[in-house]
Amino acid sequence: MTDLPVRLDRVTLTYGQRVIWSDLSLDVAAGAFVAILGPNGSGKTSLLRAILGLVTPSSGRIEVLGHAPRRGDPGIGYVPQRSDFDPDLAFRGRDLVRLGIDGHRWGFGLPHPSVRAQVARALASVEAETYADAPIGQLSGGEQQRLRIAQALVGDPRMLLCDEPLANLDLRYQQTITELIAGWQKRTGGTVLFVTHDVNPVLHLVDQVVFVVNGRWAAGSPDEVLTSERMSALYRSHVDVVRVHGRILVVGESTESGFNLDEPHHVPVAVEPH
Amino acid sequence: MDQVVALLAYDFVQNAIAAGLVIAVVSGIVSRFVVTRNMSFAVHALSELGFTGAAGFILLRLSPVLGLLAGTAVTAIFIGALGVRARGRDVVVGVVMAFGLGLGVLFITLYKGYANQAFAILFGTITGVSRGDVVLLVAIGLVTIAALAFVYRPLTFATVDPEVAEARGVPVGALAVVFLLIMAAAVAEAIQVVGVLLILTLLITPGAAAERLTPRPGVAVAWSVGIAVFCVLGGILLSLATNAPVSVFVTSLSFACYLLARFVVGPRRRQLRAIHSARADEAASAAVASGGSADL
Repeated sequence: MTDLPVRLDRVTLTYGQRVIWSDLSLDVAAGAFVAILGPNGSGKTSLLRAILGLVTPSSGRIEVLGHAPRRGDPGIGYVPQRSDFDPDLAFRGRDLVRLGIDGHRWGFGLPHPSVRAQVARALASVEAETYADAPIGQLSGGEQQRLRIAQALVGDPRMLLCDEPLANLDLRYQQTITELIAGWQKRTGGTVLFVTHDVNPVLHLVDQVVFVVNGRWAAGSPDEVLTSERMSALYRSHVDVVRVHGRILVVGESTESGFNLDEPHHVPVAVEPH
Repeated sequence: MDQVVALLAYDFVQNAIAAGLVIAVVSGIVSRFVVTRNMSFAVHALSELGFTGAAGFILLRLSPVLGLLAGTAVTAIFIGALGVRARGRDVVVGVVMAFGLGLGVLFITLYKGYANQAFAILFGTITGVSRGDVVLLVAIGLVTIAALAFVYRPLTFATVDPEVAEARGVPVGALAVVFLLIMAAAVAEAIQVVGVLLILTLLITPGAAAERLTPRPGVAVAWSVGIAVFCVLGGILLSLATNAPVSVFVTSLSFACYLLARFVVGPRRRQLRAIHSARADEAASAAVASGGSADL
């Protein structure tokens, strides 16, 4: 038993014959903001799923909030990768948030004043009251993402797991969503695990970075991990980490396609248009 | 009208109305989930293989109602076992359906008696149900409603938001199989009213119409049940007044409900959509104004 909200001790995750990553060790301090980075298919989401207790590692030990990972842990709020709702779906943001309170319980779930008040507070905390009663499939991606965060936080978790919460959002909404999460963390002292392909929008918040590439990984503070040496070792090819205007760019050796590193857009690269 | 009132005194009419009511309530609730989970094809397969089950039971001189239920339940278990995952489920449904329907043809061919019963199963037979069948249908209906009430909340969670539901400990895979079994019961019931071939009129249309009437999930279930009850009772009464089959009127009424829901309330919903796309445009221009970035 430890006070650390998340602790991984030489954990290896495999799907069939395929090793996703091996011997991953990680100590996350309470109240930390952890960015989980790496190209697509490198097992970032799998790391969250292992912490949620949805996949069991083939070896090693995971401890979450002082115990083995278990599905439905009320101490964890989860914002999944964006999924689209049918525009005709008879379902409101208010209903989505309510699921976060008691959606997992059996039975019908009749309306209750205290539950209604709890939903209203969660909606207010993300400023989503104006569209909470519209069909959820007709809302913009940013509006849906706010509702998802309200849903994840409505049960007062101690830890928030977010999977690419900024993907496909415009700059304004990226900032709004980031501020919402940072605000929650400041208020409650909660821990955030944040999967992203671009670290820059959250760089000012990040205490700890986990970078996963091709089964290999590196963890530590951004300054420790996001260096040319560490990244070159991870990618096993020459990689430059450049800091421009307070942003971090990870750039591979130039090939005919310019930025390479297998899948250029998965590298935390941000380029200002000219 | 007088003819209808006179007929209401008859046992067979009262049986039909009692059974029809329970069947309509079950169909209304189930169709809401069928629409949300996008399972029209599975409903169709369950229905056709219900026919196979009924044909088999008729051949063995057993109750066709139980045969329907056996057919749909076995199909549900097969579909559940072969493809619980959403992707590829349609293919599994098709594979199971083709084989099962072939069996149904065999049973009908082997049956030397009058093919009337088989015809009734294809097009509905509600005014022909016996007192014993009514008891059976009501019992199946009540069990199905109880099961739905028990799983309603987690099933809703697993349907609209499967990733978070799974993380919150909802048994998403098991619920998919449970819902297939609930659908199996609902299909076996609804076949009594509209028959195998017209099953979708009770298990899709009410839910699809309800979706157009409200964004509130609980209210949508109420609308769906209301529409199903209106169509079944209306169908039975119109059939009594005209002697045309019940299924003719049920399908017409449910289609009318859908058109009304879609085109009377539709414009209001479209307005809402316009408001939201305007807001999205605003957001996009705001992003450009603040010197947006390109994500490589």
